[in-house]
Amino acid sequence: MSDTIEVAKRVEAAPPGRAPRRILRRAGEEFLRRREASVLVVAVGLGLYFMSAEPAFLTYDNLVNISRATAPTAIVAAGMVLVMVSGEIDLSVGAVYALAPFNMHYLIDYYSVPVIPAILLALLISAAIGFANGFITWVFKVPSFVTTLGTLNLVIGIVLVTSHAYPAPIPEQAVGTIQNWLGAADWSQLLWCVLIVGFLHLVLTSTRWGLHTVAVGGNLLGATEAGIRTGRIKIGNFMIVATLGGLAGIMDAFRVNTIDPNLGGGTTIMFAAVSAAVIGGTALAGGSGTVIGAFLGALVLAELQNGMNLIGISANPYFLILGAAILISMIANVYLSRLRRTGRT
Amino acid sequence: MAANGNGEALRVEHIAKRFGGVTALADVNLRLPRGEVLGLIGDNGAGKSTLIKVICGFHQPDAGRIFVNGEEVVIKSVDHARALGIDTVYQDLALVNELTVYHNMFLNRELVRWPLLSNRRMQRLARQHLEDMGVNVPSVDVEVAKLSGGQRQAIAVARSVYTDAKILLLDEPLAAMGAKEGALILDLVRDLKRKGEVSIVIIAHNFGQILEVCDRINLLQHGTITFDKPTSQTSVQELTDLVVAEYRAARTRGLAQDPPAEARGPGRG
Repeated sequence: MSDTIEVAKRVEAAPPGRAPRRILRRAGEEFLRRREASVLVVAVGLGLYFMSAEPAFLTYDNLVNISRATAPTAIVAAGMVLVMVSGEIDLSVGAVYALAPFNMHYLIDYYSVPVIPAILLALLISAAIGFANGFITWVFKVPSFVTTLGTLNLVIGIVLVTSHAYPAPIPEQAVGTIQNWLGAADWSQLLWCVLIVGFLHLVLTSTRWGLHTVAVGGNLLGATEAGIRTGRIKIGNFMIVATLGGLAGIMDAFRVNTIDPNLGGGTTIMFAAVSAAVIGGTALAGGSGTVIGAFLGALVLAELQNGMNLIGISANPYFLILGAAILISMIANVYLSRLRRTGRT
Repeated sequence: MAANGNGEALRVEHIAKRFGGVTALADVNLRLPRGEVLGLIGDNGAGKSTLIKVICGFHQPDAGRIFVNGEEVVIKSVDHARALGIDTVYQDLALVNELTVYHNMFLNRELVRWPLLSNRRMQRLARQHLEDMGVNVPSVDVEVAKLSGGQRQAIAVARSVYTDAKILLLDEPLAAMGAKEGALILDLVRDLKRKGEVSIVIIAHNFGQILEVCDRINLLQHGTITFDKPTSQTSVQELTDLVVAEYRAARTRGLAQDPPAEARGPGRG
């Protein structure tokens, strides 16, 4: 707030004609200071480019496609940001994504559980896997990279063994309203995505939970000394990302209208989520990151894949561009945070 | 209740603490009258940090008694110590670089209007409190990473005082600090002393600096207090001689019989 006072004084002192320009520059600096700024510029730029290159990019159907490619990744990435800000990583979230719709299917078709409780139970089981990840990481001091590498394989093993690697149909009782609300209708995934991203953004920036997540990732010892229950924060964030992984898995199953066990361990969505978080400005080392940035990161990935497809480039160079995007955004992040730290911008 | 404490904020009697075969504290007696600043010196490995950690509830002593305001207490945890008004400013400061000054000031004691943080109120209170304490920061909205070492230390001290600490334990507040920054901390301690509401234990290596602000000096050697004098009756020279003499003695003893546990003395700890 003292900043505002300072600005007000400076603006008063400036000659009348130059005041607006100063405000504009100030606004520009303020914009650049936001971590989401660079990735927002990229997302908008890519959109404009593909729009001009291929008119089909802006059709209703294609926008639905982009939203469907963005939403599940962004939902998982939003949770991943919390885990990464707290100084950990979850590689198993893609496996949970594969398992959750099967659990729903088993509960409904083999145990006659009604649809909604079955979905909630499937999410609860996802949360329990997240708890196990956090518990093992925290109590046994196993690095989360290793913990979740283990649970990734365990969970995928459970999926393949219980399903015999055969896909399953969507349970009949879920077909219709529930399937539509949870992923099948045109914009339902985006709706969930916006709600979840908005909610977690608020959690990270404006609640004690978010503040403590930053503190735990930024200075673990210091946070402990300040009396923060660091284990609870870390485990809780693992539970959040796993639950979101389960939700994204159920929604994607509803969308493609089948439950597929052969997702390659769910690594595609896991890596997409980590990439989206990183491109959005989240540091792997913990302590900083933004949920909105991760959403924009997921949007950038979806635009790239969709747009390149539309203008007739094969899917193969997509990975070249993704790789370059991750490296460039990471280098830019390191550079920008150094700028931020030394005071300028 | 406070009256029968004879104005003592803190007293510890016959405190002992062992870690496996190593005796960190053998028999420590220490007295901190209310409003006083006590300088705790001693070589590395003498047990200073262990003593601080016993008082702040981090370690449980194997033997001995602790009195706060004249009343005997068994300090069960860091939170418990804090509830008793004992707060520690650690060497690593427990500040989070990525958070703003005011969020650090209120870390884990955030003001909340559920479910959201009351950022405005925390900003205002933090700014006012730092002003009252004469701590100068560019703005309470900047990330702590941007501040100098002295400013960070000052914020850590201000935070403890703000949270109603009556007994402050400062663990090497002057370590790795330039002359100007050290002066900032010493001024802060002096201001606190003048107000008389807070009693302070400072661990330090720089005898000259702590003689400036302390009322009394205690020397901790091999887990016991071997020296206790008012600042006015001692000097940098005397303190230096004491510590050096100890080092020499340990060294000759070490050469003579090479005892494994004693070798820890002048080493690290």
